[in-house]
Amino acid sequence: MMKNYEIRLSGSGGQGLILAGIILARAAVIDKRRVTQTQSYGPESRGGSSRADVIISDQEIYFPEATNFDCLLALTQEACDKYLFDLRDTGVLIIDTTYVKNLALAAENTYEVPFTDIAIEKLGSPISTNILSLAFLVKITGIVKEASLKQSIAESVKPAFVEINHKAMQIGFDLAAKYGK
Amino acid sequence: MNKKTTKAKTTKIEPAEKQPTKLEELQEKRERKMVLMQGNEAVAFGALDAGCNFFAGYPITPSTEIAEILALELPKRGGVFVQMEDEIASISAITGASLAGAKALTATSGPGFSLMQEGIGYAKITETPCVVVNVQRVGPSTGMPTSCAQGDMQQARWGSHGDSPAIVLYPDSVKECYELTIRAINLSEKYRTCVILLLDEVLGHMREAVRLPDMANVRVISRIKPTVPPHWYKHYDENQKYLSPLASFGEGYRYNVTGLTHDQLGFPTNKATEAADMMERLRKKITYNIRDLVQIESYKMEDAKIAIFAAGIVARAAKAAVSMARQEGIPVGLLRPLTIWPFPDDAVRKMLRDVDVVVVPELNQGQLVREIQRLVKDRSDSKLIKIQRVNGKLISPTEILRKMKEGM
Repeated sequence: MMKNYEIRLSGSGGQGLILAGIILARAAVIDKRRVTQTQSYGPESRGGSSRADVIISDQEIYFPEATNFDCLLALTQEACDKYLFDLRDTGVLIIDTTYVKNLALAAENTYEVPFTDIAIEKLGSPISTNILSLAFLVKITGIVKEASLKQSIAESVKPAFVEINHKAMQIGFDLAAKYGK
Repeated sequence: MNKKTTKAKTTKIEPAEKQPTKLEELQEKRERKMVLMQGNEAVAFGALDAGCNFFAGYPITPSTEIAEILALELPKRGGVFVQMEDEIASISAITGASLAGAKALTATSGPGFSLMQEGIGYAKITETPCVVVNVQRVGPSTGMPTSCAQGDMQQARWGSHGDSPAIVLYPDSVKECYELTIRAINLSEKYRTCVILLLDEVLGHMREAVRLPDMANVRVISRIKPTVPPHWYKHYDENQKYLSPLASFGEGYRYNVTGLTHDQLGFPTNKATEAADMMERLRKKITYNIRDLVQIESYKMEDAKIAIFAAGIVARAAKAAVSMARQEGIPVGLLRPLTIWPFPDDAVRKMLRDVDVVVVPELNQGQLVREIQRLVKDRSDSKLIKIQRVNGKLISPTEILRKMKEGM
């Protein structure tokens, strides 16, 4: 039986991190795992800090907030600086180098990828950065099945946006494959 | 108006590209398979399954999803959703709707809950069933709308002026949000009073995997109807359990409804005996039915020497702390009230007899611990460890464990 796997997705309001958290949690439900998803955000809908926590486990999850992350995704410098030190020693750190320029502490498993730049270049807009980086995270950590993520995206976004998000997902998977995952 | 002009104005609107509506999305969640669901969503579905057919409210973070879902779902099944001008109007509207026979509910947060207090007292003195959901956020005043707190626990009991009983429930998981909403509506119908369901911001917004039970397994209670002909009906008659039948407006029964102290027919009175009777009935219907009202969860308390007493989202941290402490061989248990009011005095007295140390973590400046202190008096050797926080952040399991060890 696996212990709780704690993931924090962090960045700024408007980057779609709470939606990414919901999609990841829903994928875990499809995998028939136990899951909690919580979030923290400011009173503003854009700007300000925003984070989503997802805990995936095979046992009952008591405390729903991630405290010692097994995986941290940071899409802004502020988020990276704020949460970096709560990452487990063996944890996976994934940063968006489009915005994170200064890494105070490189974890053992650090992945530095310019997600936002890649989204703009390949999809013409930064809007799918959340799905692109989430797919990267899923491929690197293997925390949910790739097919479950695909299904979860289809169930979570408006039908008109499924295709572009699936495209973003594939780009995320392909990027991770370059790291041998 | 010219008929021809009216006709000419009618244009056929072509349907947009087929997309599943929010309603269809919600339907999927109700198919009673394992789905990811939010606490507020579970409250809305619980309300619908308990037969709620009237919602009046004013949207406020972090409770808005409840109103949003009921606005979509109620009209579909012949129910009514009204967005009111404010919370005073909201509580008044659900009280009126209830007297007309509806199962009525509203949802709000701290600022709205404060505004509703007078109306809550009115629902209580007129013994009108209704449910107020308060998803607590940081106060006072507008405070921090998106941050979590438990600052309304005593307000839920004493917020409305004058002595009045209170039934207040507080879940700790998404599944329990669903179950306790049904229970809140059931109790409001059974005891003819305003029942308050407390949540907190994290619980309201948290998502967990939940499978709603089949309707066959959902127990729904509705108000007792009078068995006497209209001319014998007393609006405030009572049976052996201090419960009163309730006729709805329009069913042929006549009664007066007033916020003034009243006799059994509902007419204002200043007579000391009648005033005493009314107040006694309000009190007794709660105190004589404590066993039916009080629900607690006792977790690993059998051999515990240390007890954590916590409710809502804090109980989740407490449960994690119990597991961590048990791994270190420390005999800790958790006592969790699902019913905050009436306060589970008997269970707490037993806990105080059985353990040496009681830890009370809460997201306020000491609202639950007051009640423990009220009961601890007869045992001055019990150690009480208080953990309090009001900055919008949760109390973590490790913090509970650390403070517990420091105080042991």
